[in-house]
Amino acid sequence: MPQLEIVDLKANYGAQTVLERINLSVEKGEIVSLIGASGSGKSTLLRVLMGLLTPLAGNVRINGQTIDYKDRAQLGRIRSQMAIVFQQYNLFQNMTVLDNVTVAPIKVKGRPRKEVEEYAIALLQKVGMGAKLKAYPDELSGGQQQRVAIARALALQPDILLLDEVTAALDPELVTEVLDTVRLLAADGMTMFIVSHEMSFVREVSTKVVFMDGGHVIEAGDPHQIFDQPQQARTREFVGKILRH
Amino acid sequence: MWSQIAEELPRFFGYHNLIFFAKALGSTFALSVIGCVVGFSAGFVLATLRMSKRASLMPLRLMTTVFVELFRRIPFLVTLMLVFFIFQGLQADLSMFSVALVSVCLIATAFIAEIVRSGLESVHQNQWDAAATLNFSYWQTLQMVIIPQAWKIILPPAFGFFVLFIKDTALASQIGVIELAFAGKAMSNKGFSATLVYGTVLILYFMLSYPLSRFGKYLETKLAPTRNR
Amino acid sequence: MNIDFAPVLDRLPYLISGAWLSLQIAFLAFAMGMLIGLFGASVRSYGPRWAQAMVGGYVVFFTNTPQLIQIFFLFFALPDAGILLSPLQAVLIGMTLNAGAYLTEIQRAGFESVRKPELEAAETLGFSRFQTIRLVILPHIVRVLFPPLSNQYILMTLGTSMAAVFGVEELTGRTYNINSETFRSIEVFSVAAVLYIAITLIATLSLAFVGKRFFRAKMRWF
Repeated sequence: MPQLEIVDLKANYGAQTVLERINLSVEKGEIVSLIGASGSGKSTLLRVLMGLLTPLAGNVRINGQTIDYKDRAQLGRIRSQMAIVFQQYNLFQNMTVLDNVTVAPIKVKGRPRKEVEEYAIALLQKVGMGAKLKAYPDELSGGQQQRVAIARALALQPDILLLDEVTAALDPELVTEVLDTVRLLAADGMTMFIVSHEMSFVREVSTKVVFMDGGHVIEAGDPHQIFDQPQQARTREFVGKILRH
Repeated sequence: MWSQIAEELPRFFGYHNLIFFAKALGSTFALSVIGCVVGFSAGFVLATLRMSKRASLMPLRLMTTVFVELFRRIPFLVTLMLVFFIFQGLQADLSMFSVALVSVCLIATAFIAEIVRSGLESVHQNQWDAAATLNFSYWQTLQMVIIPQAWKIILPPAFGFFVLFIKDTALASQIGVIELAFAGKAMSNKGFSATLVYGTVLILYFMLSYPLSRFGKYLETKLAPTRNR
Repeated sequence: MNIDFAPVLDRLPYLISGAWLSLQIAFLAFAMGMLIGLFGASVRSYGPRWAQAMVGGYVVFFTNTPQLIQIFFLFFALPDAGILLSPLQAVLIGMTLNAGAYLTEIQRAGFESVRKPELEAAETLGFSRFQTIRLVILPHIVRVLFPPLSNQYILMTLGTSMAAVFGVEELTGRTYNINSETFRSIEVFSVAAVLYIAITLIATLSLAFVGKRFFRAKMRWF
């Protein structure tokens, strides 16, 4: 059974349709990358999955169970099964690195502090931020903040990790450290949904690449197919443009 | 005129008058402080209510919005009179000070609710988003993320309002509350020259307001945001 | 407690013409206050040290003392020096001087908000001094000042209410009159409150419209 199934998903921003008939299936351990131009709906899809935008029609199933995004209790369940890392890290400015990672498990899930802190410290060390536990977000570089954001997302022990253009806001020299962290997670077998512009990275790490345009899924397949032998004209056009440099 | 003033000075600054002025000053200060403390507490509650999105709280939210918009658009004097006459109509036997206190609290609540709301709204939406994805409830988000970041933006204008408010309390003299403005009228009725009396009252208000306004400016520079985001 | 709005509503035209006087007082005081403010802000930003100190003293004094007492002084104390003012005159002068102080500060903030990069851009594009003022500085200042000035104007409209204390026949003054005639206190003050709300709402919305449309200023709904 696929871990995540998206069936005929449709979403609007006010009067504008931003996602139309999205169909995707993700098995456990798969790394699915969404590529496409700005405004194609990639980030929107992640936001809908996390319940930040309520879908108009269609279904999302996690481990076979259909999710009703309008039900608060179910929303809570989704958010413990899926976690997201944003482009702008969105760390809580008023909390230290350690607090940012531990606040949700302790305050929202009610787990004991000691256990949560131990796990958080291990996670932060894994992403290379073990020395900065007491630092505040505005004392850190973009790459450092993003790695903390990743640790924060992992602290809830999600089944699926969503990464929304996590390197797009970073200076070039900081991109590598974040991508290395993502590679680490991939090697660990974490199911991931990645939205990214870093094409060589996408190609290297993904098990499936999905090309989106104008709110639709145009083509989905393994990296070799999408990048080297795109079937659809629009895919070919996009890939042609981005691989030119 | 100046010789008359010079002549009156010793009598004017006589023991009983000084006590009278001191009490009046105390009333002015009490009205302002209590008004603003109540205003801050109630205003805070109203502001957080207004920002919630829960459908069940909609009627309360509407009432809050109406309350805030109303009391910010009615002159202090009119509010004072309305409260006075309503209490009179209800045959409640309240002291003038209490009537003034109620009016002051209502007005301060309305204005401070706006200041608090503005401060809360200034916290970037992405903080709300991050908290939502970690499944924080509305109140948890407010308490742990938003308010700790917003209070620095709220405090300077709230304090500024307090300083402004001290001057507004002068109108309470019109229903007979023995505060500073009333003290001026009383002394003038006793026969002292108006220049001496109102000049002194002006200086007393100044001495109350100016140090606080300087402190307010200091607060503003100290709490100014060091970096964005 | 019996409530009867009829006697008050009968006298509505009387109240409304009182409201009109309130608006006129606010407008005059604001206009004259703006002139003082313009002068004061210019001195504070560009004038000699001693003049800056004098304007500073004026501003500090008038912004830290209540408008009511300022008018009391003008009305009751000036006669000692031989200057007799009518209630309306005292109110107008008092409100003008008070407004002038606040408007000096507001306009000064506006003057100082002009950004150096824009001036440098204008210079490198070859603008003359006059062109820079007309095309860069002035539009920017007007846009920045429109919201706080609108706010101040609304506050002043509410501030005219204290003229009633001196017997001026503006809205609150006439409310007092109707009160002593009919004793319908709650009713008449409620109606006065509604009128003030209506006036300020109309003013706020109109100013917000003008500000957004013509000056692209960041207007709030008050």
